[in-house]
Amino acid sequence: MIEESVLQRVLGVALRTGGDFAEVFAEDKRSSSGAFDDGRVEELTSGRDRGVGIRVVRGETTGFAHTADFSEAGLRDAADAAAAAARSGEGGVREVALTRREARRPHDVRVPPEDVAKAAKVELLGRADAAARSESGSIRQVSASYGDSRRRILVANSDGLLTTDDQVRTRFMVQCVAEADTGMQTGFEAPGRTVGFEFYDDVDVEEIARTAARRALAMLKARPAPSGELAVVLKRGAGGVLFHEACGHGLEADLVDRDASVFRNRVGEQVASPLVNLVDDGTYAREWGTYAIDDEGHPSQRNVLIEDGVLTDYMWDFLRSRKEHRAQSGNGRRQSYQYLPMVRMTNTYVLAGDEDPDGIIERTEHGIYCVQLGGGSVNTATGDFVFGMTEAYMIENGEIAEPVRAANLIGNGPEVLKAIDAVGNDFDTWTGTCGKDGQAVPVSSGQPTLRVARMTVGGTA
Amino acid sequence: MTAELSDIVQRVAGWARDGEQVEAYASRVREVDVRAREGDIESLSSAESQGIGVRVVSDGRQGFAYAAALDDAVLEETLAEARDNTAFGSVDEWYGLPEPDGVAPPELDLFREELLSFPTDKKVELAIELERVARAADSRIRAIDTAEYGDAISELAIASSTGVAASARRTVCSLVVDAIAGSDGDTQTGYGYSVGRSPGELDLVDAAEDAVRRATRLLGARKPPSQRLTVVLEPRVTASFLGVLSSALSGEAVLKGRSFFEDRVGEQVAVSGLTLVDDPTVADAYGATTTDAEGLATRRNVLIQGGRLERFLQNTYTGRRSGAGSTGSAMRGGFKGTPGVGARALMLVPGDRGPDELLAGIERGLLVQSVQGLHSGTNPVSGDFSVGVEGLMVHGGVVGEPVREATTASTLQRMLLDVVAVGSDLEWLPGGAAGVTLVIGDVTLSGS
Repeated sequence: MIEESVLQRVLGVALRTGGDFAEVFAEDKRSSSGAFDDGRVEELTSGRDRGVGIRVVRGETTGFAHTADFSEAGLRDAADAAAAAARSGEGGVREVALTRREARRPHDVRVPPEDVAKAAKVELLGRADAAARSESGSIRQVSASYGDSRRRILVANSDGLLTTDDQVRTRFMVQCVAEADTGMQTGFEAPGRTVGFEFYDDVDVEEIARTAARRALAMLKARPAPSGELAVVLKRGAGGVLFHEACGHGLEADLVDRDASVFRNRVGEQVASPLVNLVDDGTYAREWGTYAIDDEGHPSQRNVLIEDGVLTDYMWDFLRSRKEHRAQSGNGRRQSYQYLPMVRMTNTYVLAGDEDPDGIIERTEHGIYCVQLGGGSVNTATGDFVFGMTEAYMIENGEIAEPVRAANLIGNGPEVLKAIDAVGNDFDTWTGTCGKDGQAVPVSSGQPTLRVARMTVGGTA
Repeated sequence: MTAELSDIVQRVAGWARDGEQVEAYASRVREVDVRAREGDIESLSSAESQGIGVRVVSDGRQGFAYAAALDDAVLEETLAEARDNTAFGSVDEWYGLPEPDGVAPPELDLFREELLSFPTDKKVELAIELERVARAADSRIRAIDTAEYGDAISELAIASSTGVAASARRTVCSLVVDAIAGSDGDTQTGYGYSVGRSPGELDLVDAAEDAVRRATRLLGARKPPSQRLTVVLEPRVTASFLGVLSSALSGEAVLKGRSFFEDRVGEQVAVSGLTLVDDPTVADAYGATTTDAEGLATRRNVLIQGGRLERFLQNTYTGRRSGAGSTGSAMRGGFKGTPGVGARALMLVPGDRGPDELLAGIERGLLVQSVQGLHSGTNPVSGDFSVGVEGLMVHGGVVGEPVREATTASTLQRMLLDVVAVGSDLEWLPGGAAGVTLVIGDVTLSGS
C-alpha cells in the first residue's frame, strides 16, 4: 500500500519532536452488502474505506492523526500533527530500519468475495425469505441480508516492524417477525466467519432463516418470564456473550490499568468456580474474531485467562504491555484507521467440561433454559451486567417446558463466575460485534452448556 | 469549505443519464479529542474524515455505493458501482428521489466561528482541569476512568438530479467524565457531561460534580426487596426511553409490520397529559438541523398530542408508499448508508412541577438514576422491555437509601398509559431526545 522508503521517512518525521515510539497503520477495506426486506431486494451497497492513522507515543502521552491521503506529503502532514500532540521539545533525528515480517495465517481464504458475481449473492436472499415464510403463515415479515468485507492492513513502527494482513469476513443475517393474537414477536439468527464465499458451503441460508422463524414462532406462545433469582442453564453457544461481557471486559489491561476493573490485582486468585476455564483465542480458524495480526502488527495468539477458576492473566496491547514490561498478547485492535488501538477481545470462550448437557437440565428442578442471548452491557468497575434473553424456556422438574418472553438477566460478573455449578461436554460459538469507547470490532464467544446456580431474571410474572 | 462540498455533490448529480435519478450526499468532519490522565495528556487525536454516498434509482430499482474519499476518480467509481448495483434490486414503484417540496428550511445558527480559533493547548487544559476538579470533589473518588474533551466541525451537502440541493454545517463541543467512587469495599461509577456548540458554552464544574455526585450517592447500594411502587425517571433516563420508543414511531417500521403502533393513528395511546414532539428546528436541541438526510427541510412534527397518536415520521419512500408524505425525517448514519427514518429531537411537552415538587408528593417510590440493558432488553416490535435499574428509594417524599441490581419489566404501551406526571425540567441532552423528569405509577420492581 505504501512504499517502504516512504514509511521510513514518515516514521522519521513522526519522531522529530522527541517521541519514543511511532507507528503507521494503513488500511484499505472494500465492503459489499445486500438487503432483502418486506418481500423484495431493497438495494445492494458497495463501499470503500481507505486511510492511514499515525500514532506517536512519548512516555504516557499519545498523539494521533489520520488521513485519507496516501501521498508522501499527506502522510508527512499527518505525522507532523501526531508528533505535535506528543512533543517533548527535545527533538532529534532518528533513522528507522524496517524488517518485513509475515505472520502465520490461521487459515486460508478460498473464495474472495470480489470474485463472486453479485447475482449469486442476491440469490441467497430470496431463498432465505422463502424458507422463513414456508415455516408458518404466522411469519409476517422477513428481513435478510448478506455482508462481506476484505480488509487489507499494513503496520510499520519505529521498532522496525513492517507487517501486513488480509482479512476477509462474510456474514448472513435473518430477522423474522411473527404475529398472532398474542401480539408480535421477533426471531434473529446471524452467523459469520472470517472466510470468503466458501462460508455458504458450511452454512445453509435456508436453515438460518428457519431457525430465525422458529424462534419468532416459539416466542408467540411464550408466557411472561418470571422475576427473581433462579437457576439458569445456558445452552452451548448461547451464553458466551455473557462471559465476554461479565468478565472478558474486566480482563482488558487498559481497564485494569485505569482502576476500572473488578479484577484488578487479582491474578493468581480464585475468581471463578473451579469448573471454569476461560480463553481468548485470536488464532481460532475461521471464527469471526480471528486474524493473523492485530491492529498493532502483533501476531494473534491463544491466551488463557482463567484456569480451573484461577485468574492467570489479562489481555494486552502495545501501550499497556510496554508499561508493565511484559509481552503483548495480540489484543490491540481498532475499528479502522480513524481510531487509536486499545485492548480488545477476539474469540472468547469457556472450555468444555465433562458433564452430559441433558443431565444438567435433568438435575435442574426449577429454572430457565436460555437458548439465545441478545446484546448486553457491563459496568467493568463494579462488574454489574445485564443481558437480554431472546429465546428462553422454563425448566420444570428437570424438563424443558414452555417458552418465556424476552427478559433481561442481571447480575455481577465475579458472583456469576463463582455460581457456575455444572459445565457440559458440548460446545458452540456465537458471532457478534463488540462496542467499547465508541469502536466496534467483530468478535465471537463460545461456551458449553452450563448452569449458573442463581441469577436474577427480570421478568414480569 | 461548504461551497466545495456543494460543488462536488452538484457535479455527481449532474452525471445522471436519461431516465435515471442520482443523489449525492457528502460530508466532512474535523474532530479533536483529548483525554487526560493523572494530570497529563493520555491521548490527543486530530482527524479529518470525509466521504460520499451515491444513490441511483432507475427503472424502479435502487442501488447505493459509498467511498471515504472525494477525489474525482473515486466519485466516478462510486457512481458506477451504485449504478451497477441497481440492476440487482427489486422493482418497487415507490422508489424515487424527493422533489423540492417548497418547505423553507428553518433559520438555525448551529455554527460557532470561535471554535475554529480555539487553540489546542486550551482544549488540553480543559481535559486536564476536568479530571482535576472531579478527582478533588470528594475524597471517596478513587479514580477517574475517563476525562475527555472533544469537538467536531461538520458540514454536509446533498444534491440530486431531481432538483434538491441543501447544505448545512455545525459545530459541537463536549466534556465527558467518568468517576469511580470507592468506600468500605464497595465501588460505584457515575458519569457527567456538558455539551455546547463552542467551548464557552461548556460547564466544566457542573459536568465534574454531576459525575461525582452520581457515583458517590450510590455507594452502599443494595438489592431492594421486590415490590410495587411509583418510579421517578431522571431526565437522562426518560431520554433513553424516548429513544427506544421512537423506533415504533418510524413510518418504515409501520410499513414493514414492525411497530406496535400500526393502525392506531387517532387512538388514545398515552395518558391525556402526554404530548410528544420531534422538533429538529429548535436550536438548543443536540440533533437540530436545517435539512434531513434527503435534503428536505426539517420541521416540527407532533407525534402524540394529549395522549392521541397523531402521525408517524416519514422519509420520501415511506411517505409516498403510506400516502402520508415525507415529514422531513430521513436519517442516515453518515455517508455510508441509504436514508432510513428517525427522530432527531424528541421532546415531551413539559408539565408545571419541578423534580423536587414531584418527589415530595411520593409516598413510596424509586428515583431511577440509570437503567441498564435498555437496548438489549427492549423489543421495539412487541414493545416488551426488561431493564436493570439503580437509584435511590423515596420514602414519604424524601430521597433515601441507594439500590442496585433490581429489575423492572413491562411494555412501552403500558408505560405510556401509566405516566402520572411530566416534570417542568426539560433539558436537551446528547442523542436524539430531550430529558425531563417522568413519574410512572404502579411499577413492579423485582429484587430479592
